[in-house]
Amino acid sequence: MLEKLTEYLQFPFVRYALIVGVLVALCSSLFGVTLVLKRFSFIGDGLSHVAFGAMTIATILKMKNEMPLTLILTIFCAILLLRAGQNAKIKGDAAVAMLSVGALALGYLLLNLFPTTSGNLAGDVCSTLFGSTSILTLTKTEVWMSVILSVLVVGIFVFFYNKIFSVTFDESFAQATGTNAQAYNLLIAVVVAVIIVLAMNLVGSLLISALVIFPALSAMRVYRSFLSVTICSAILSVVCALLGLLTAIVAGTPVGSTIVAVDIVAFCLFALLGKIKNRG
Amino acid sequence: MSLLECKDLSLGYEGHAIVKDLSFSVNSGDYLCIVGENGSGKSTLMKTILGLTAPLSGSITTGDGLKKNEIGYLPQQTLIQRDFPASVREIVISGCQGRMGFKPFYSQAEKELAAKNMERMGLTKLADRCYRDLSGGQQQRVLLARALCATQKLLFMDEPVAGLDPKVTAEMYSLIEDLNKKDGITIIMISHDLGAALQYASHILHIGNRIFFGTKENYLKSEAAGSLTAREVQNA
Repeated sequence: MLEKLTEYLQFPFVRYALIVGVLVALCSSLFGVTLVLKRFSFIGDGLSHVAFGAMTIATILKMKNEMPLTLILTIFCAILLLRAGQNAKIKGDAAVAMLSVGALALGYLLLNLFPTTSGNLAGDVCSTLFGSTSILTLTKTEVWMSVILSVLVVGIFVFFYNKIFSVTFDESFAQATGTNAQAYNLLIAVVVAVIIVLAMNLVGSLLISALVIFPALSAMRVYRSFLSVTICSAILSVVCALLGLLTAIVAGTPVGSTIVAVDIVAFCLFALLGKIKNRG
Repeated sequence: MSLLECKDLSLGYEGHAIVKDLSFSVNSGDYLCIVGENGSGKSTLMKTILGLTAPLSGSITTGDGLKKNEIGYLPQQTLIQRDFPASVREIVISGCQGRMGFKPFYSQAEKELAAKNMERMGLTKLADRCYRDLSGGQQQRVLLARALCATQKLLFMDEPVAGLDPKVTAEMYSLIEDLNKKDGITIIMISHDLGAALQYASHILHIGNRIFFGTKENYLKSEAAGSLTAREVQNA
């Protein structure tokens, strides 16, 4: 099996996949903790569907690189959703549901109305939703874009770590004592949009939430401070992504769902560990 | 010059006023209790003073060198916090955030301030414990230590003893009294507990159908206090 693995690693596309996989896993886990604790996980879910819709538009327009347009549209929706949550005319969760289901339906409709050359519509849709093989067909430009965006995301997280903590723990206190909580909420929403577009390649738009939520929830079973939860979930996420990717490559299973399966196993292990630790 | 002055405030949501023509001022060293029935606008008043919502009309001015970000705030606990994985130390030092500007990390000065305030609230031994594993009274002291990191002048409290048992409630009140008397920190407190309000406060603001603002002594003689039971008056 090890031989098979080294053989595969000779191929550049496998190495690309591993690099992007690790980076995406790292980014998504960092902000996962905040999303889970802020009860924002549903926004991540909604945005991933929006990203699907955006991607179909980019496909129809026959863009060579779909990422920039997808990114812009998703960020725009992230800001829109956050504003909707505050205005409270249409409640936050309802707005998210409307936007996400709408984007999903319109995306599929558009793909049917304007079929692209490949002629394999079901395959295209399946690949965008579940990311089956797109991670293995990355171009060099896409890899570089992923690397740059990931570095940006990690940089923003480290630089604003303390502020993100205070806004997550207690938004009104932060606002009352002079931190611009709204601005940081916006920052978080934009970064999440970036992460989702990044992660679409790896696990597909339907499974992104798993990548964001599972590592954070697993880490929260065992660790008891914000810093240790953040570090643990980052490491866990990267390890799970690597394990999942390698398994998928060797066993020929779909990449996204294999990674999520590994994440689920890790969650069960951590839940058990947490129970034991609490008792001891 | 008073620390905080509110003039002709009207409060409410979406143009619908709950409270009208509210004027009062708080001087350095005061201990003001805001009392009133449920829904009379106590929390809205607090949010307005803290700058979380805008007043419909009227003005709030701070004086005596008090800056907007020097108001310490002890909010009611939210559901999010009950399940939050954070150590006591992390939470207390986050009180320094308001003065940080764009500086990303805490310096030695902020760490010392946090340590001092944990000491003050008797939390030093709990510094590395997880917030969600603490008792209600301990959690409240953590949030108080955090508020003290944000201010040395004015503390705003939203029902600080809600959900605490009688013994812990008494401890909490005496802790707050110490902050007011010994450290000279001005206290503004929203309270349901009229008895305690009359026992500890120097001034009372009663909002609702009748609005009263003045010293505790005058409040007891006023009409707004007419609804008080004899026992509450006696205890004061």
